[in-house]
Amino acid sequence: MTGLWRFMVEHQSEILSATLEHVELVCIAMAAAILIGVTLGMVIVRRAKLRALALGIAGIFQTIPSLALFGFLIPIPFIGGIGKRTAIVALTLYALLPILRNTYVGLTEIDPAVLESAEAMGMTQAQILFRVRFPLGLAVILAGVRTATIITIGVATIAAAIGAGGLGTFIFRGVALVNDSLLLAGAIPAALLAILADFLLGRLERRLRVT
Amino acid sequence: MTIVEQNLIELRGVSWRAGGGRAAEIIAGVSLEVPRGKTLVLLGRSGSGKTTLLKLINGMHWPSKGEVLVEGRTTREWDAIRLRRGIGYVIQEAGLFPHFTVAENVALVPGLEKWPREKIAVRVKEMLQLVGLEPGQFAERRPRELSGGQRQRVGVARALAADPPILLMDEPFGALDPVTRAELQREFKALARRLGKTIVFVTHDLREALLLASHIILLEKGRVVASAGPEEFLRLQHPEVLAFAASLDVRGGAA
Repeated sequence: MTGLWRFMVEHQSEILSATLEHVELVCIAMAAAILIGVTLGMVIVRRAKLRALALGIAGIFQTIPSLALFGFLIPIPFIGGIGKRTAIVALTLYALLPILRNTYVGLTEIDPAVLESAEAMGMTQAQILFRVRFPLGLAVILAGVRTATIITIGVATIAAAIGAGGLGTFIFRGVALVNDSLLLAGAIPAALLAILADFLLGRLERRLRVT
Repeated sequence: MTIVEQNLIELRGVSWRAGGGRAAEIIAGVSLEVPRGKTLVLLGRSGSGKTTLLKLINGMHWPSKGEVLVEGRTTREWDAIRLRRGIGYVIQEAGLFPHFTVAENVALVPGLEKWPREKIAVRVKEMLQLVGLEPGQFAERRPRELSGGQRQRVGVARALAADPPILLMDEPFGALDPVTRAELQREFKALARRLGKTIVFVTHDLREALLLASHIILLEKGRVVASAGPEEFLRLQHPEVLAFAASLDVRGGAA
């Protein structure tokens, strides 16, 4: 244990920069996934065919083992190759399903009496979406974002395998050299990041819940 | 015909089926008229088509046969949004927005109609007083902090806020305890008379129908089976009228 502690102190600046790199990957991927997932979620509320298609495709990405998804993307022109960009695309695809599904559920599982009176009072579909469905579904949408963030923080460690950096760098090196300190220097900060994100987003979610 | 005698709402041979095609008719050949300032009560069992009829009036459904006229124009000619903003709507659980305060709920339609803010604030106060809720005490509360009766009062205030000529009410007092219900019925009757609104009121409670109606229409399986003023209604001999009348008679009831 003291060996690990000494290792982490000695390499603190490398660990810190890897952590920041990790956070950067996660933040960019999550921003993209939220943008795509929430927008798409709003679009499919009233379009049943598109809904099945979108949820189906997002579900397929989720079933591909993460390492394989990174691998598949490498040969694809423009979005592929080695490095951060490919990693961010893969992480975004991975985070999409929980966000999309929760957005859809959050926007649709609303008291029918509320939706009926909104329509009967002459609100347009856009007004119902932004002033009724969205505020009432926000806590559920955020729960999806929280799940996606935690998944992404974990999966982002694998991004090191395609040269995207982040905390995975330590983990892969630790595995290759059979060095526990090296491995834990990547795994512990990643776990702490996940716990922190879970805590903060959980608090936000409770504040936004409308009863 | 003078404007006073005009029928604000008129249904001519209206049928409606869910999703068109070969689905069974929920409403079958209904014709009725509601003169300005009168209260029409639609009475019937669950599933008799009462709510569907209301939704045909505010354009949430369109007739598959016949036509629905509101203020002389068919619901297909009306812009649906404009039509609905001129029709107050109150439903059983009130359907208040849980994320809005009482004041924001009441201000909804005036806000949609882009009234100036000061005018809305004044109107909200007026409306809350009208339904017997002290604005200082209730305006900033959320619906979950209200009792069922208070929520229903807010629902009525919200429906009246933009001063629509027509009110549609779908069993508005159905989920309340009997004492609160009787209280709200009495107050609502006085209110309706004072404001001169044209009202279509849906209920399965004959007592409520007799209390509030200028005219009662009894629906059975989407058809009109009886139509009379509240004084004559109980004298009709249709079996469905007798069934409802039996529900009034506490001593003779088998229940």
